[in-house]
Amino acid sequence: MNRIHYLFNNKQERVLSIYFTAGFPHLDDTIPVMEAIQAGGADIIEIGVPYSDPIADGPTIQDSNKIALENGMSMKKLFEQLKGFRAKIHIPVVLMGYLNPIIQFGMEDFCKKCKEVGIDGLIVPDLPMQQYLDEFKSLFEEYGLVNTFLISPQTSEKRIREIDENTDGFIYMVSSHSITGAKSGISKEQITYFKRVQDMNLKNPRLIGFGISDAETFTTASSYSHGAIIGSAFIKTVKDSKNLSEDIKNYLQSVLKN
Amino acid sequence: MIRVDEKGFYGKFGGAYIPEMLHPNIEELRDNYESIVASEEFQQEFQLLLRDFVGRPTPLYFASRLSETFGAKIYLKREDLCHTGAHKVNNTIGQIILAKKLGKKRIIAETGAGQHGVATATVCALMGMDCTVYMGELDIERQRPNVERMKILGAKVVPATSGSKTLKDATNEAMRQWINNPVDTHYIIGSVVGPHPYPEMVARFQSVISEEMKWQLKEKEGRENPDLVIACVGGGSNAAGAFYHYYNTPDVRLIAAEAAGLGISSGKSAATTVLGTPGILHGSKTILMQTEDGQVVEPHSISAGLDYPGIGPVHAHLFDIGRGEFVAVEDEDAMKAGILLSRTEGIIPAIETAHAIHALNMIEYRKDDVIVINLSGRGDKDLETYIKWGGY
Repeated sequence: MNRIHYLFNNKQERVLSIYFTAGFPHLDDTIPVMEAIQAGGADIIEIGVPYSDPIADGPTIQDSNKIALENGMSMKKLFEQLKGFRAKIHIPVVLMGYLNPIIQFGMEDFCKKCKEVGIDGLIVPDLPMQQYLDEFKSLFEEYGLVNTFLISPQTSEKRIREIDENTDGFIYMVSSHSITGAKSGISKEQITYFKRVQDMNLKNPRLIGFGISDAETFTTASSYSHGAIIGSAFIKTVKDSKNLSEDIKNYLQSVLKN
Repeated sequence: MIRVDEKGFYGKFGGAYIPEMLHPNIEELRDNYESIVASEEFQQEFQLLLRDFVGRPTPLYFASRLSETFGAKIYLKREDLCHTGAHKVNNTIGQIILAKKLGKKRIIAETGAGQHGVATATVCALMGMDCTVYMGELDIERQRPNVERMKILGAKVVPATSGSKTLKDATNEAMRQWINNPVDTHYIIGSVVGPHPYPEMVARFQSVISEEMKWQLKEKEGRENPDLVIACVGGGSNAAGAFYHYYNTPDVRLIAAEAAGLGISSGKSAATTVLGTPGILHGSKTILMQTEDGQVVEPHSISAGLDYPGIGPVHAHLFDIGRGEFVAVEDEDAMKAGILLSRTEGIIPAIETAHAIHALNMIEYRKDDVIVINLSGRGDKDLETYIKWGGY
């Protein structure tokens, strides 16, 4: 069974997913960061594949992408690093990457490699649903990879239903219409949106991302969904860290405390 | 037939590879732009502004001394005489009327050389709309006069500080801001790039260039079709406009002049069709300069308007099927061609446009060929670059 399905079968609330950029802050930090995220009590790890032009990301993640690339991170390098990670990491791991580097690697080779190393799912923010259905869905399925789509407050009910129909992992709810790390705190309008989607009774679990940074925002988001995704705030935590495992553990504990 | 299909593809290139957060904006545009643009109300306002505000039709000028120099009949399509100094305003007029009809209150745009930024700031002033222009930090330095023009016109100019700090990064930044402000904001893309329907929409607004060329040439030469049309290509909006009504007339050769920068193999180039491979850039499948790992390579050209690592999907298609002939012009040669045009015809061209002039040295043509060069912009904005170069 795919680890994402297993997770949501057993846990429906306060699921915490942590995004970080592969090869950041240093090239060989990828695995140590993953271990620390698991040790800190998160439920899902989202590995960002760095890209030169991440148009859906704000300054914090852009910056981490740039540094990771300067460190020498690449798709090939990432798969080398991930070889054998399943000996240490048992929670679901999702790769998040922009479409161009994936296409250059070759979509089929990419999916194959993901399966080989033990990746459970993919988030490709600039892969639209129609293109996914037309070109890639069968490949994802062949290699047992769950595809995750994003929705925003502007996404129509009709489209949310279509997305719900065409995924079987989780739905990534962008909490404000915003790039990552753009706003902090949760507004009344966002809560209205969370409730609206909650009331749609979708078949897929929902995680709320963008704008989640601490215990308060995590708890608020979790009360309208199955949990939340933290990205920029986590990147800030590891950026200047002198002791990654300690700082990550402390940060995750501060988020998870009730 | 060269035309966009219903999914936004020209052959293998095009489409809309965008984050879901932009889907509602793009869908709104896609579902509405054709009917709005086709409406009589839109066309009346558009045509009136093109005539009385932009100053269209722009002349098709027989360049006799240039013709003598090269031994062909060379006409210059004088887009440099458009209000604001380049062809860019044809598109911004179209898009601002469209934005108004869509009920948008705010405009954002990216700019490279600043011509599109100025053209956008101009139409925003004209319509009383709020305007923010994203511009690479490096371009802000080398295109000072245009930055000040935008500010005089009331626009806010925001520097893009990531990557190469040029057009590509300004485009990234504008897209991010559109994601952040999806409801009340329209993004006026300045070239035939971006997700469908932008490439076709921008090409259509620019197609007035070849539409006029046809009847003007008929008047002057007794025929609608030249033997060659030459235009420079960064993203490729002026070329798309100049080629548009000739796409499906194979007798007309379409010549696209790209920027080779310091030379094809110098590592400082923007010659996309030579150095690029198929991939995805700014929401469409096209040809772009990239590493094996799919990271976008930072381009170089002395002209900010050509300093872009991709080309519009329609140009990728023209290249792919061999309909377009692409030449790559080095910085130094473009500058010299700029001086040549200045001294033979009394026209100081934009450095972008100077690339198209130099293309005459790189292609074969017959002695009596009728050649139209799209003179996309004037050189006022480039004085500082001309001065720094100094070779005159």
